Amino acid sequence: MSTDSVNYGQIFKNGVFGENPVFRLALSLCPAVAVTSGVKNGTLMGVAVLFVMVMVNATVSLIRNFINPKVRIPSYMFIIATWVTVTDLVMAAYARDVYKQMGLYIMLIVAFAIVLSRAEVFAMKNKLIPSMVDGAAMGLGFLLALALIGVFREFLGKGALWGVQILSVKPLPIMILPAGGFFAMGLIMGFLNWIDRKYFGGTGASSGGH
Amino acid sequence: MEATPKEQTKEQPKLIVSIGPHVRTDESTAKIMWTVNGALLPAALMSIYYFGLPAVMVLAVCIFTAMITEAAIQKMLKKEIAVADGSAFLTGLLIAMNCPANIPLHIPAIGTFVAIGITKQLFGGLGYNVFNPALIGRALILISFPKAMTTFTHPVANIMAFDAKTMATPLTVLKEDGVAKLLELYPNIYQNLLLGNRAGSLGETATIALLLGAAFLMIKRYITWHIPIPFILTVAAATWMFGGKEGLFTGDALFHVMAGGLVLGAFYMATDYVTGPSVRSAQIVFGIACGILTVLIRLKGGYPEGVMFAILIMNCFAPLLDRGMRSKVFGKAEAKGVKK
Repeated sequence: MSTDSVNYGQIFKNGVFGENPVFRLALSLCPAVAVTSGVKNGTLMGVAVLFVMVMVNATVSLIRNFINPKVRIPSYMFIIATWVTVTDLVMAAYARDVYKQMGLYIMLIVAFAIVLSRAEVFAMKNKLIPSMVDGAAMGLGFLLALALIGVFREFLGKGALWGVQILSVKPLPIMILPAGGFFAMGLIMGFLNWIDRKYFGGTGASSGGH
Repeated sequence: MEATPKEQTKEQPKLIVSIGPHVRTDESTAKIMWTVNGALLPAALMSIYYFGLPAVMVLAVCIFTAMITEAAIQKMLKKEIAVADGSAFLTGLLIAMNCPANIPLHIPAIGTFVAIGITKQLFGGLGYNVFNPALIGRALILISFPKAMTTFTHPVANIMAFDAKTMATPLTVLKEDGVAKLLELYPNIYQNLLLGNRAGSLGETATIALLLGAAFLMIKRYITWHIPIPFILTVAAATWMFGGKEGLFTGDALFHVMAGGLVLGAFYMATDYVTGPSVRSAQIVFGIACGILTVLIRLKGGYPEGVMFAILIMNCFAPLLDRGMRSKVFGKAEAKGVKK
C-alpha cells in the first residue's frame, strides 16, 4: 500500500463493513459470544478493544523499523500485553462496578486474534497516522458488532436495552444464556451475508478464526 | 448363436443389461414418515383421552406451526416445497408429545419454529441436520420457560376439562421428595405408568401405547433394535445398580424405564435416521451411551429427566461413531508400514 496518499475513508469502510472483525473475518468470536449478554457490557468491551487496538497499532508502527522480523510475534505480544495492562488498571481504578463484571475478559484482550492480526497485516507496513486510523476503524467495527449482538440478545432475552426494562415479558430467555450467544451470532452473521450477497454482490464471510 | 446382428435387432432382446439398482422397493421418505406418524397415533389419542381439549390444542398448534414454517422457509430459500413428506408433521407431533397439556400455546409454537426453521432448514433441510429438530426445539423451550414446561397437570380423563390440578411428575417427586412420597401420591405406580394415568408430558404418559407403535415400526423394520433396546437396558441396569437409596443393586429399574420420556425418546427420537449413526455396531454404542448419560442426568444432574439431553449430546458423536466403527471392506489389503 502506498503511503503517500492514504484513503482514510476507505480504511474506515474496510474496518466497519468490508473486513468487520466479527462478522466478516470471523475473528475474536469468543468475546463476541461471552460478553454480549447485554448491550452495556458489549459496548464497554468494544471501547476497551478500540483503545487497545489504536495504541498497539500506533506503537508497532512507530517501532516497526527496529523490530527484527524473526522475533516480531513476541514483540507484538509484549506491546499488546502492555496496553491491555494499562486498560485493565485504568478500569480497575475508575470503573469499579464494570470491572467486577468484566475484569477477566479485559485481560483476555491479550489473546484476541484481531489485535495481533492488524499489527502484523497493517501497522507493520504503514506509517503512524494510517496505522492509528486502521486500529480505530477495526476497533469501531468490533464495537459495533458487539453492540449489535448485545442489542439482539438483551432485547430478546430480557426485554431490556442498556439495562432499562422495555417489555414487561421476557420473549426468549435462552438468548442471554451462552447457547443464545451462538444462536444470535449465527443468525446475525447469516443475515448480513444474505444482505451482502443480495445487494452488494459479495461472497460471504470467511471461515475459521476463534 | 447363428443369428446375425441384423436378425437379432428384429426380435425382442433376450437379455437386458442395465446398471443397478435392479430391485426396487416402494419405500419412500414420505411413506416412512407417515408410518411413524401413524405409529404415534395411539399415544396421541391416549393423551387426548387423559388431558382433554388442552392436549388437542397443543397438538394442533405444534403440527400447524411445523408445516407452515417448513413451507415458508422452503419457499424463501427457493427449494422444492416438501411439506407433504410428513417430516415436518412428525417434528411438530414429537414436540407436542414433549409438552405438558396446559402450557401457554405460544411456547410450543416458538419451539416448533426454532426446530424447523433453524435446526432443520438452515442446516440444509431433511437429511442434513446435525441435531434432532424436535429435541432442539424442546431443549430451547425447556431452558427458556422452565416453569411453564414443568408445570404438569394431573390426568382427568375428561374431554372438556380446562381447569386441571397441577401435579409433579413421578420422576420429579422421586428426585425431590423420595420414594415414600412417590408411593403416597401414586399408589399403583406400575399400572399407572403403563396405562398413562399420571402427570407428565402428552406423549410420555401412556407407555403401552408407545410400545404398541414401536412394535409396529419394528415389525415393518423401519426401526431396528440396535439403538432403543441397548438404550433402555442400560438405563434399567444402571438405575438398578445405582438408583437405590440403600446402596448398590437396590434401585427400581422398572420405574425408571417407564417413568419420564425414555420409551418415547428411545424408540422415536434416538432412532432418527439422520441424526443417529447408521453402522449397526455404532448404533449399539450410541444406545448404551445415551442410556449412561440419561441415568447420570437423572440421578446426579439438576434436571429430573435426562433423555433429551442425552440424545442431543450423542447426536454430536454420531458421525464419529460411524466413521470409527465402519466395517472393513472385504478383501481389502491392509497397508503395512506406510507412514501417514
